[in-house]
Amino acid sequence: MPELLLDGRPLRVADGTTVAAALARSGDGCSRTSISGQRRAPFCGMGICQECRVSIDGQRRLACQTLCRDGMRVESRP
Amino acid sequence: MKVDILIIGAGPAGMAAALAAAPSGARIALLDDNPLPGGQIWRDGAQARLPALACEHRRRLEAQATIEVLSATRVIAQAGPRALLVEDPQQGRVIHYHKLILCTGARELLLPFPGWTLPGVTGAGGLQALIKGGMPVQGERVLIAGSGPLLLASAATAQANGARVLRIAEQAPWRAVAAFAAQLPRWPSKLLQACTLAHPGYRANSHVLAALGSERLEAVRLRQGGKQLEIPCERLACGFGLIPNSQLGQALGCRIEDNAIAVDAWQASSQADIYAAGECTGFGGSELALVEGAIAGHSAVDAREAAQGLWRKRRRWQAFAYVLQRTFALRPALKHLAAPDTLVCRCEDVPYASLSGHADWSSAKLGQRCGMGACQGRICGAASQVLFGWQPPAPRPPFSPARIDTLLQLDRID
Repeated sequence: MPELLLDGRPLRVADGTTVAAALARSGDGCSRTSISGQRRAPFCGMGICQECRVSIDGQRRLACQTLCRDGMRVESRP
Repeated sequence: MKVDILIIGAGPAGMAAALAAAPSGARIALLDDNPLPGGQIWRDGAQARLPALACEHRRRLEAQATIEVLSATRVIAQAGPRALLVEDPQQGRVIHYHKLILCTGARELLLPFPGWTLPGVTGAGGLQALIKGGMPVQGERVLIAGSGPLLLASAATAQANGARVLRIAEQAPWRAVAAFAAQLPRWPSKLLQACTLAHPGYRANSHVLAALGSERLEAVRLRQGGKQLEIPCERLACGFGLIPNSQLGQALGCRIEDNAIAVDAWQASSQADIYAAGECTGFGGSELALVEGAIAGHSAVDAREAAQGLWRKRRRWQAFAYVLQRTFALRPALKHLAAPDTLVCRCEDVPYASLSGHADWSSAKLGQRCGMGACQGRICGAASQVLFGWQPPAPRPPFSPARIDTLLQLDRID
């Protein structure tokens, strides 16, 4: 069971959990803030729409195509 | 990296292609942007239950020493003749190939309606994918809307994970759905599947009007037959069918027909040594994808007899695909769901009102930045083809957002 830091808060999830799924278990469930200031959450779920892009250990990644790993630092408000 | 056969997409078509080509001894790379092979339909995850056929395909792939599976890897650009620049979380690199098989699948058609950007609203297949990946829906009220059999599959996954699916709103009329059901005995496995997925909340002739809420989804306004109603819920999953992911094929010069990569009887595209199989050649479900993938794999290693031996099976599933497409044709009312302030381009936050005056995609893009964001028009380009009849944007590299370091690899090619 990996434990990650999501916007600074620790969260333990089941093996095989995507970062997109982890977002729904913590905070406001959102992944990013749009250019007009709306909070957005994972949408297409399959790597197309880019709504779920987050910062993971300083790299921009798609939450829906990334599995949670122990010690990962995920930021939805970089 | 150099391979004999490079396969893009590790869903049923890609897996079948790799397994069909493997006995030739060819060196094969099977690449996919997801963390595990399986594509959308055989997606594995914390809350996924894989069918036996999917497990068997994965086992057989792992047992083949000549097949290298490259997961979490995206195609970024063409890197010269018979070479693609790819990127994974660690590195960018160029893969050289002799033959290329495109199994890039399909994505959902997602059409704008008021409130569709609210957290809590997802695609229909999107909800299913997110749940399989471990998203909790226990005790949540879920509404599923749009068109096609995927709505039922998504509802089944949501319910199996503790959600209450209040309604499945199918836009097609009852007449079409009933005619579809009447044809199903031609494909007994599909009839059985339909029976296990049947849901008391299923309504034909129904579609979403708006997602309501301020910070996140609180309710959905639906048109159901002749009446309007509002249903409070935590989630709305809305998808209007599937569209082929033909961009990479298009960028490589393959002929495109009806938005899909055109192929001949050998699954060969119009470009020499490029084959295509599965949903990127037109959607038809995993059974069709499996047989097309196998034909492409055999063809790529010149096992013509083995390929030809599968043509009859392919015809059978093509007939199913045809019935599917006819049944779930979209009604014109769905073009008019967006309000003037509804965002059409979710990346650049471009509202409907600022697009409706433009003549074509390029004009909208230049004038309003529509399609210039991270998804590169994959969502709003497909939507504006339905809404305004605009030709979708021609793909340009980088095909996906990439790191500078990856792009610099192109400079190292001589």
